[in-house]
This record gives sequence, C-alpha cells and structure tokens, in this order.
Amino acid sequence: MKKKLTTVAFNGTEEQFKALDALIAEHKGQAGALMPVLQGAQGIFGYLPIEVQKHIALSMDVPLSEVYGVASFYSQFILNPKGDYAVAVCLGTACYVKGAGLLMDKLESILGIKNGEITADRKFSLDATRCIGACGLAPVLTVNEEVYGRLTPDMIQGIIDKYNK
Amino acid sequence: MENMVNIKINNKEYSVPANSTVLEAARYAGVEIPTLCYLKDINEIGACRLCLVEVKGARGLAAACVYPVNEGMEVLTNTPKIRQTRKTNLELVLSAHKKKCLTCIRSTSCELQKLCLEYGVDEDHFVGNNNEYPIDATTPYIVRDNEKCILCRRCVAACKNMQGIGVIGANDRGFDTHIASAFEETLDKTSCIGCGQCIVACPVGALYEKDDTQKVLDAIADPTKHVAICAAPSIRATIGECFDYAPGTDTEGKMVAAMKALGFDGVYDMNLTADLTIMEEATEFLGRFKEGKNLPLITSCSPGWIKYCEHYFPEFTDNLSSCKSPQQMFGAMYKTYYAAKMGLDPKDIFFVSAIPCTAKKFEVQRDYQNAAGVPDVDVAITTRELARMIKQAGINFRDLEDEKFDDPFHIGSGAGAIFGATGGVMEAALRTAAEVLEGKKLEKLEFEDVRGTAGIKRAAYKLGGAEIKVAVVSGTANAKKLLNAIKAGKEKVDFIEIMACPGGCVNGGGQPTQPAVVRNNVDLKALRASVLYTADKNLDVRKSHENSAVKKLYDEYFGEPGSHKAHEILHTKYVKRGL
Repeated sequence: MKKKLTTVAFNGTEEQFKALDALIAEHKGQAGALMPVLQGAQGIFGYLPIEVQKHIALSMDVPLSEVYGVASFYSQFILNPKGDYAVAVCLGTACYVKGAGLLMDKLESILGIKNGEITADRKFSLDATRCIGACGLAPVLTVNEEVYGRLTPDMIQGIIDKYNK
Repeated sequence: MENMVNIKINNKEYSVPANSTVLEAARYAGVEIPTLCYLKDINEIGACRLCLVEVKGARGLAAACVYPVNEGMEVLTNTPKIRQTRKTNLELVLSAHKKKCLTCIRSTSCELQKLCLEYGVDEDHFVGNNNEYPIDATTPYIVRDNEKCILCRRCVAACKNMQGIGVIGANDRGFDTHIASAFEETLDKTSCIGCGQCIVACPVGALYEKDDTQKVLDAIADPTKHVAICAAPSIRATIGECFDYAPGTDTEGKMVAAMKALGFDGVYDMNLTADLTIMEEATEFLGRFKEGKNLPLITSCSPGWIKYCEHYFPEFTDNLSSCKSPQQMFGAMYKTYYAAKMGLDPKDIFFVSAIPCTAKKFEVQRDYQNAAGVPDVDVAITTRELARMIKQAGINFRDLEDEKFDDPFHIGSGAGAIFGATGGVMEAALRTAAEVLEGKKLEKLEFEDVRGTAGIKRAAYKLGGAEIKVAVVSGTANAKKLLNAIKAGKEKVDFIEIMACPGGCVNGGGQPTQPAVVRNNVDLKALRASVLYTADKNLDVRKSHENSAVKKLYDEYFGEPGSHKAHEILHTKYVKRGL
C-alpha cells in the first residue's frame, strides 16, 4: 500500500530533537544504524514527518531519499501522527465480508480524511488494520482501546459523536 | 602475476583472475551473459535476475554479476533451464512496463528491447499491476517516466554511489515500488544538480533529456531570426556514436557539415570561447594568487558542478571562478560584440549551443547570464538531440564531406580542444599561466600529471619562482571528498578544476548512451578523451593566448583579460542554495 504523505503541520519540540540527537550519537559510525534510529525517532515523535527525516539525513550523512525509502518501505513506520482518538477499522477477511469496507467509506466521509491520515485538529486519525482477532463481532473497529462490534454504517456517526463532545 | 583460478565454463577449461565474478569470467570464454541492472563498480545488486547461470553444486541458479569464481567451479551459461528462466524473467519485467516502443526515445538503443528480441519473449505473457505515475518534467533538463521504469536502480546508484548525491531512491514497496525523490517531491524541488548521469545509466526509456529540438527547428524556420550554433569541445568526439561509429572516432568535419545542412546561419567552434575562458580564468587566478585571496580558485565551466557547489558547499561559492562557462561566453560575446559588428538586434538572434550536458539546459536559464539584455544562449541541445535532428532531417551523416566551422569563430587552440576531458581545463590554464608567470615560452606543453581518468589528481608546479598546487577532480562524489579535506585543513590547494561528470564532458549526461556491456568493458572516458588529445597534438596553435581569433576579440572589443567590459559580459554571479 502506498504511504500517505504527512498532512498536518509539524509541532516537534526542542526536547524531542535533543532526544533524537542523543539517539543518533549513540548509533554513530555503526553500520545499518538507520533502522534503529528511525524506530527511535518514531518513538520520540510518534511518527516520521519530513522535518524529522531531514534532520536524520543531515545528521547521519545519509541521503534523504534513502531515509524516506526505508520509512516508506516498512508498514510499521508512519508518516502521519495518531490523533487523540485513533480509529482503526479491521479489514481482515471476516470483517471485510461483513461490510467493513462500507464502515471505512463512512468514516472517510464523516471525518473528511482518507485511510492513513489525521484530521487537521489532530483529534481523529483513521487506519485500516489486519485481523484483530475479534471475528465473532465482525465487522469491528477500535477507537484507542475501545472495541465496537457488529457495526453497520449508520452506527458510525453515533460513535464519532461520542468522542466529539 | 595475478592470482588465477581454473574454472570450467560450458565444459571448457579456463584460467581466470581469482577476483572475477562469473560474469567477468564468462568473457574469457567469449560468452556475453545478459544483464539489466548491473553496472560495474556502480550498481552490483543482482536484482534483475537476467544473468542467471547454472553453477555445479550450487542451490538454484546463480546471479553471475555478483557470484565470485573459485577454483574448480563449473559453470553453464546456456541450458534450456537458463534460457527459459531468463525468458520468463523478461516477461515478468515486461508485465509492468509501458510498452510504447514505437515512439520511445530509446527504441533501438533500449537494452530491454534488445534482450526481448534475443529471447523471443511474448510481450503480453503476464499482465501486471500497471501503476499510473505522472511524468516528472519539472526540471529544464531531466524527464522521468516511471511507467517505463524497470526498477533496475542504475539511476539511483549513479546518483548516490557515483555522484554522492542521492536525490532519488526507491519509494514504497512491492508493486508500489517506484523511483522518486523523498516525500514524492518533484525533481525541481530537490538539490538535483542536473548532471544527467541517471539518464546515461538508464537501460530503457524511463529517463531522458528535456527535448528542446522543436524550439531550434522553429527558430530555423523563422525568417526573422538569425540562428547560430556552436559546438562544445567534446561532442565532435562522441556524436559519431549515434551514427554507428566506434567510440573514440573524431567526426568534427561531418558534424560541422551536418549542422550546416540543418540550416543554421552560423556554425561555430566553442573551442574558441574555451580559449577565451582560459584568458579570463588564468588572469583571475594570477590576480587571486598574488593577493592570496579566495583561494583555491575553482573552475566554473561545469554547470552541474556549480549547482552542486551552491547546494552542498555554499561556503565555497566565493572560491568559484566568476567566469561564465564557454557556452555562455559564446552567446554573450555573440549577442554583444558580434551583433553590434554585424548590425544585428540581439533580440533577433537565436543562439544554440550543442553540448554534452543536461545541466547546461539549467545554466541557460540562470540569472546574470544575459549580457545583451536577453539570454546569452537561447537553447542548449545535447549531443543526442543534435543527432536526432540530423536523423530527422534525413541527412546521411556518414556520407557527408567534411566541412569547416564558419568565419570568424572557427579557430580554437589545442588548449580549448582538451576542455572536454577531465584535466583539460587545468592543463589549458597552466599553459597560459605558466607562460605569463615565467615570461618565456614553455618547452613542453603537456602537463601529464593532470591527464587520465582518475577521480582526483594532484600536482604541484614551480612557476615564476612560486609553487602552485593544483588538483583536478571529476565526479561530484570526488569533489565532496576533496572539499571536505580542504575544509578540515587536511589539504591545501591553490587551483582546482572540478567537472561534475566522472571523466569530464566526454562522459557527460548529454552524451550518446552506451549499453552496460560497453560501459562495463570499454574505458569510454579514455577512448573519447583520446580524440581531444590527438586533436590538440596535431594543432599548430596549442595555447589559448596564441589564438588569433581570441586576440582579435580583445583588440576589437574587450581590451584586455579581466577588463571592466570583460567582467560585464563574460563573468557571472552565484547563489547559495543550500539543501
């Protein structure tokens, strides 16, 4: 799946960059250091926006294209932050045949964002996941730790409203 | 004696160097193993699976390009299994390739097309997941069509490993993998220097120069325009390759004849403004050397290098020679001096340069390159574009009678001729600087230490009682090494020649493409450069300051090298771009 480019403004702090610099210094001169640095950076910032990737490229003397190549290759690296409420729709086989695709369509239209993106106010992010093991409740979605099952598209607005107060 | 091992290739015994790969060893057996992704020393990743061979005892087929030989190895290169696998792999490559071969710029010079023909593939055997990608034509020099890309990564390796730049890479994965810049930026938003080494590395038609031939044809067809063209030093040594001459053939006379047949009003030799560059640059060097200011002086002929410096080493922009490149000097001189002399309005002049370079297409659009109030040069066309124009016009290049450049810009010295090879500008400058500093004629004109295709060359000369340390660099990865050493205080140099492309202009990004099999096995840079050094040797005038046409330019117009007028017309400014 193609990576969704970052859609929200960067608001990293000086402390975060200090932590990143310390991490890079730890891996200095080490072969194959890019992966652990990217993992650490995602831990610090929550995601890997261009500002962070550029900082890594310059500090490590690695072309930005290579940093981005790695970040866009692995699905665990994300280019958009998670919202206060991370909505994840299960698109595993069971959920999918039970109409999870329609839930996704509904969420995209209500939130005004695409799969992999975040709303401008950073309140909601939307992702598709593989099977989360709740097939008996299919189709399911999660909002942070909360699980919602046996859903139909007309139930989506109510779920979002609950968090939108 | 080199370390050798004994191996069997197709059941016959051979003794081959122990450090060779199976691909290299097979050449001893007269066998050419097909490749698509392999470029010697640049891209050795065994990815395309075209070079597969059977190695006795090995599990599965082996990729010959990265498989080292060892004593007693038995290799088979042409079995039914190998032929079928290669054919299938080609069909898989084709499944995701935009097969617009009829109108593809690389048709007949495409390495994929050639192999498909040889292996008799069914081009529609597999129907792949053909992603749609917009064509990136955002820069004035390079066009990328990812729907034709076969993901061999030769361009990525040329950019990153050879040039030390890396503005392109493989993004996403699986069927979505594509070559692009970070965060899907278009190339114009990156610190790409426009050297075009990605283009000459590409085996297919996914990368090519921004074609400007139509602008030239339109100008020629416009009766109100005076259309002139000048030929860069190196293209006479390479354009023959587009007409099936062997690399290293001098076709200057035919090239001039073809340019005239195309209908240009004036066909001139850029070697002349190479000499003019030397007059200005040697003067600039002597001035800076005396004052000890802004040293080392670094040459400014290579627009790829200039853009590299501005992006990656902005702290060195004051070290750059303020001289325009020979191309820009020609246009500037033509639209000022010659226009006035001939009573032409600079606005009615359409000046074309034929160059080995894609970065020159960027240079013509730069600021401070419009001495007459209009761009010094209107269009820069690469060797490949010029060859296409000649073919399209039905001019039978090989049958042309040799012709000479037009008066009054037909004279170039030997010093100007060698500009197209790495070390040529330095040698030309040294010939002039040495005679000025020493105040007497040089006995030996050849500065052997700065010749050859090594990436970094160093030499020191005692001239006029002072020692001058020089360095000659080609390829921006090498420039990076040297400049970092200078920055760190590890190295001290007075005068540096830097060319963006390895080997200099003869190996420029606008030169005829050669398939990997030629690039890997023939020293193209040296072969092409030999044409220039031979021309130099055979010329009567071999020093820029002895070129009578250059002298005339100063007598009639510029006064003396480094004069106020020369500065207004022949010099330029740079910007600090950063990353």
